[in-house]
Amino acid sequence: MQASAPGIVQGGRAIGLETVGFSKQFGALRALDDVTLKVEPGSFHALLGENGAGKSTLVKCIMGFYRADSGDLLLDGREEKIRNPREARALGLGMVYQHFTLAPALTGAENLVISRADAPAIIDWAKETKRLDAFLDRMPFRAPLHVPVSQLSAGEKQKLEILKLLYLDQRFLILDEPTSVLTPQEADEILSLLRGMTDRGEITILMITHKFREVTAFADSLTVLRRGARVGGGKVGEITTEAMARMMIGDTPIRERAARQPTPPRAPLLELAAVYAVGPEGKNVLDGVDLKVRGGEIVGLAGVSGNGQSQLVEAMSGQIAIDDGCVLIRNQRFEPTREAFHRLKIFGLPEEPLKNAAAARMSVAENMAFRNFERPPNASLGWWLRPSAIRARARDLIGRYHVKTQSPDAPIGDLSGGNVQRAILARELSSDVDVLIVANPCFGLDFASVAEIRAQIMDQRNRGAAVLLISEDLDEILELSDQVAVMSEGRVVYVAPIAQTDRATIGMHMAGHD
Amino acid sequence: MSEGLVQTVLIALLGGALRVSTPFMFVALGECLTEKSGRVNLGLEGTLVLGAMTAYAISFHSGSPWLGVLAAGCAGAALGAIHGFVCKLPRVNDIAFGIAMMLLGTGLAFFFGKAYIQPSAPRLDAISLGGWSSDPRIASALQVHPLLLVGILVALAMWWAFANTRWGLLVRMSGDSAQSARAMGVSVDLVRFLATAAGGFLAGIGGAFLSLYYPGSWNQGLSSGQGLMAVALVIFARWNPLRCVAAALLFGATGAIGPALQSVGITQGYYFFNAAPYILTLVIMIGSAGSQKAGRDVPGELSITK
Repeated sequence: MQASAPGIVQGGRAIGLETVGFSKQFGALRALDDVTLKVEPGSFHALLGENGAGKSTLVKCIMGFYRADSGDLLLDGREEKIRNPREARALGLGMVYQHFTLAPALTGAENLVISRADAPAIIDWAKETKRLDAFLDRMPFRAPLHVPVSQLSAGEKQKLEILKLLYLDQRFLILDEPTSVLTPQEADEILSLLRGMTDRGEITILMITHKFREVTAFADSLTVLRRGARVGGGKVGEITTEAMARMMIGDTPIRERAARQPTPPRAPLLELAAVYAVGPEGKNVLDGVDLKVRGGEIVGLAGVSGNGQSQLVEAMSGQIAIDDGCVLIRNQRFEPTREAFHRLKIFGLPEEPLKNAAAARMSVAENMAFRNFERPPNASLGWWLRPSAIRARARDLIGRYHVKTQSPDAPIGDLSGGNVQRAILARELSSDVDVLIVANPCFGLDFASVAEIRAQIMDQRNRGAAVLLISEDLDEILELSDQVAVMSEGRVVYVAPIAQTDRATIGMHMAGHD
Repeated sequence: MSEGLVQTVLIALLGGALRVSTPFMFVALGECLTEKSGRVNLGLEGTLVLGAMTAYAISFHSGSPWLGVLAAGCAGAALGAIHGFVCKLPRVNDIAFGIAMMLLGTGLAFFFGKAYIQPSAPRLDAISLGGWSSDPRIASALQVHPLLLVGILVALAMWWAFANTRWGLLVRMSGDSAQSARAMGVSVDLVRFLATAAGGFLAGIGGAFLSLYYPGSWNQGLSSGQGLMAVALVIFARWNPLRCVAAALLFGATGAIGPALQSVGITQGYYFFNAAPYILTLVIMIGSAGSQKAGRDVPGELSITK
């Protein structure tokens, strides 16, 4: 076993991998159905599929987190049984997860050394530092090793995650949506460097992604999964992106993209003026945010996650305090109280709505009444609730917004992510909306839900609402926005009408370059 | 107050710090180790009392106080091991179970300790470091117990080990991000089990100091919440073993305010000054709750901060 010799990545050592007839059953759900996947040594293979298509289950079976019910795994043509992640690691398989797996309080060097199976009982830092430097010199990219990981940017962390696998001499890398936390430039840089390593035959890459652009630009072959089964694949270049999309979604009908109606210029409805907020670590998480959103306009706020977008939503919804500056709605100072939300008709869909906008163990009907349970007809005298009215209203919303739930009385936590999203959106859009604040509304949803939710947002715009759309998905911003704004390090650093900007410019500003 | 009196008070505070701080120090170091691994063990108060009783009993029967110290450590490690084992079971809250362990520890100590309240056991001897001074007050203040030096050495060793050994990094990693540790194939439960048991061992030794040196007898009112205050002390020390030593000395000194003032004839407010460590605990808790540095140093897996 060679995993102990750190980072001796040489040419021609890439591993080929093949799953033959992988199947996996979870209760009534057939998560994997006879999946055969062939990844040639030294190739860059993309694994495509919608959420719930079985991509994660497949790679988790490969990595030994789950055992496939049936099927064989071949590494370089030899059959191998992988019972746990440690065995996968010993065979040279490594994985970069969507969440970071580095310990935040440890430095990069500490994280790398301790991840080695043969980490010495007493660490000679002088010697280890020398070895790490020598290792980094052979790598196509670097990351700071001597500061705690918590102080690194998302891009640096992602590089360090990949460096860790290479340091452990893992030559088959599984990357699970590795670019979701990166700027387009950072993503391109890392992927092209990795592509170079595959071209030299040093490593093999299997990348889970839903970004067609990355597939066509960097991968050389692909496999598409749908509902646990392999529905297609082949060489990149021989399959159009339309064909990929068709394979991923199958015959599901998709609601037409909502038409953008021309709207007359209106006065700003929502205005942020020099909004500051101090985070738990004493840094300004919001560092003087200025932004205007007019009625009948969608302002798309782009940015790499962790640059203050979540805090901006939290500040406007009253979850964290605004330390300086103010939020104006129709030129009136807005304080996030229940009364003000109601009077000024401000609604919103925060990210992770199950956590931020719902009480998971309360029923769908109760959750749908959060905005107006104390008002008639849901209550009389402002405190005597009428559950029958609340339930009747919920039943109506469930029907109108196609929320899939067993009954209005089911706990909302039992619903799937897309349905929680729909239920909360139904609640927020069910009355007259003046200001709508949505954050990552389509994160992790299937195509059909995505189209529907985007159409709802566009409808509100067409009706004259001021919409602030905060999203980490640049394609979503480019599709929906009238104005694009970019947030970086707690500030809005760039605002432009959609017609006068492009992906590259936005990306530059996301990365903090002017 | 004349200069001589001030001097007397300061020397008494120094003596108090050196004498009273040792149990604080051991419990705090034990708690520091446990919390670094991502668990809170509030049972250390019980561990301290059981350690005191065990040390006294073993010293009485064997005639060797150092054997008593070792036995106290083992009793503490046993209590820690129970905590470490039970808390790895699903849906067990380490804080609630720690409180149960605190009551269990004191209960066991009172039950088995009934017989040892009367008899006199051999005590530990102090080392006199004050021989250079002609001032008898200094000489008596610098009566340093070897366990204090052991405690300082343990703190240095922990501080070094957290940065320079595999075990130190594994403990920190388990406390910081259990997911990262698991992804590497580390058994987080095992690391925490061992850290809690080792933390219990240290706290038990702190108890031995109480019954075998200062105050130097076994009775039911021996510990007045030192074990609980040590938990506050760890937060104050921001999970750094060296700062734990400094904080323990500070607590010891405040504990000696009352007696020190009494020794120069100020008896007014004696009980108030005796409450100084508790007041200090409160002030520290309030002060450090909003501290940004504490927020950065706290192990990410700790259930009190989640």
